Amino acid sequence: MLRVIDLSVKFGSAQIVKRVSFELEEQQWLMLVGPNGAGKSTLINAISRGVPYTGSVLLHGRNISGMKPQELARHMGVLAQSHNVAYSFSVEEVVKLGRYAYSGGVFSSPPAEDDRMVDEALEMTGMTSLRGHSVLTLSGGELQRTFLAQIFAQDPQLLILDEPANYLDLLYQKQVFDLIREWVKKPGRAVVSVVHDLSLAKAYGTNAVLMHRGRIISSGSVGEVLSKANLRVAYDMDIYEWMNKMLSQWQ
Amino acid sequence: MIKRPEGFSATEYILFGAVTIVVMVACVCLGSVNIPLGNTFKVIWQAVRGLSVPDELSPAVILYVRLPRVFCVALAGAGLSVCGAAMQGLLRNPLADGSTLGVSAGASLGAVTAIAFGLTIPGLPFSGTVIFAVIFAFLALVVILTLAYRLDYSLTTNTIILIGVIFNMFAGSITSLLITFAHEKVKTITFWSMGSFAGSSYKNALIVLIAFAICGTVIFSYARELNSFAIGEENARHVGVNVKRVKLLILIAVSVLIGVSVSISGTIGFVGLVVPHMTRMISGPNHKRLLSASAFSGAVFLMIADLVARVILRPLELPIGVVTSFVGSIVFVYIFYTSRKAK
Repeated sequence: MLRVIDLSVKFGSAQIVKRVSFELEEQQWLMLVGPNGAGKSTLINAISRGVPYTGSVLLHGRNISGMKPQELARHMGVLAQSHNVAYSFSVEEVVKLGRYAYSGGVFSSPPAEDDRMVDEALEMTGMTSLRGHSVLTLSGGELQRTFLAQIFAQDPQLLILDEPANYLDLLYQKQVFDLIREWVKKPGRAVVSVVHDLSLAKAYGTNAVLMHRGRIISSGSVGEVLSKANLRVAYDMDIYEWMNKMLSQWQ
Repeated sequence: MIKRPEGFSATEYILFGAVTIVVMVACVCLGSVNIPLGNTFKVIWQAVRGLSVPDELSPAVILYVRLPRVFCVALAGAGLSVCGAAMQGLLRNPLADGSTLGVSAGASLGAVTAIAFGLTIPGLPFSGTVIFAVIFAFLALVVILTLAYRLDYSLTTNTIILIGVIFNMFAGSITSLLITFAHEKVKTITFWSMGSFAGSSYKNALIVLIAFAICGTVIFSYARELNSFAIGEENARHVGVNVKRVKLLILIAVSVLIGVSVSISGTIGFVGLVVPHMTRMISGPNHKRLLSASAFSGAVFLMIADLVARVILRPLELPIGVVTSFVGSIVFVYIFYTSRKAK
């Protein structure tokens, strides 16, 4: 479904991501892990065309560089790491923007399923009761769920999540990750997410890519990638036992 | 709990339109000489029907001084306010307006150049001030965007604002230099730079109307995209907005509209900043409502400011920029402090 081939990102003379390649099939959840500065967020920024890159990103065999922004948004939904809303939009107004990718010209009326998709997205993320609230009054977790609802309303096939557990307490982390696990079970869907908590990655991911200084150290199934030896190379310390200890909280 | 309709309703259009017309009529009737309402209507009605009007009804004052002036003021107010609302949404910054981008300073430099050197373009029916203000507003935009693009290829709003502030200073220094050597035209330039609608004609009103119709249509047609920018530029890209194209088209529309307004009236501060800010408190941040509400509010605000400028020291007339900056800065400080305290 998603093929990343020889992808490199350079900022000035600094090479942040170096010839990264991996593949992802339907119903798989790929966890991008690695220490700070490994190039994980830059990599997903490149996959979502947020930064210039060399190499190719193919979605269902098509190079995304040839897709128009609205077409790309129908295929790919992206949850950013942080949200800095400046104005008092309501939760519903923010979620409705997820339907922009399906809108026609200025004078065309919105597709009939827009309202249904927005209602469903609000319901899935538990934001229905807050739909009329200003986003400026929400907690970090509620804001994160609002933008997650926007992506669900966008109805893409591929979810790109940059630190989806940000601002969420343990309970909501579990709820959100359970929600995404249910979402990805439907055929034709896949998820790529950057996760710092290795126990979360192991508990929920099907696949993983371990990065270190812009390069892939290991890629494959979560079990293979998050091995003691690989983690020692990436993190330069023994965090394997800690990860396994923390894993119990998600089971 | 927020429950707002998606767009501007017909009732709201009628209500805002009625207020605008009432203020418009008041501005035609009142001034250095007050003209009774009945006489004003009689003169306009007679003129519309092509009939002659007795001199005791002051037809010259109504038809050739106040009416074109009020049209110019209302259209410039609506235009500047819509531009401010668009800039504040696009740059996700409630302190942004045409002057933040440097477009007003560019337009002002163009107009001052035309006045100082007496420049006109042969064969064009419009005065040199209009053409040069629009050209310089465009050039300012090109310079700002080119510099911003070279620094940061994705044209982030912070970069644009930073370059805009620097360009403001640069254009201001060149304008001051021109004024220094303008000799006998210093008074004209100084009065113009403070903003004034004195001497407005139907031709001026028509120019602003055409600019507002074209640029306003572009800006209004991107109301949804402005919503996404107001939530965040990155979010706009993620939901499928063609960020670079939309940003460029809105910036061009804004620069032309500001360029034309500045050429007609001089630099009028705070309209594009304060009016959308205040309007947003009533209409909410959704640009489908905010742009329409800002257009009406801007027209009303500037007409009242112009009326105050005309009558407060009559028979002397104050530059309108003095009134808008005076009122605007006080209102702005009030808003700023109350909103900060509320947080």
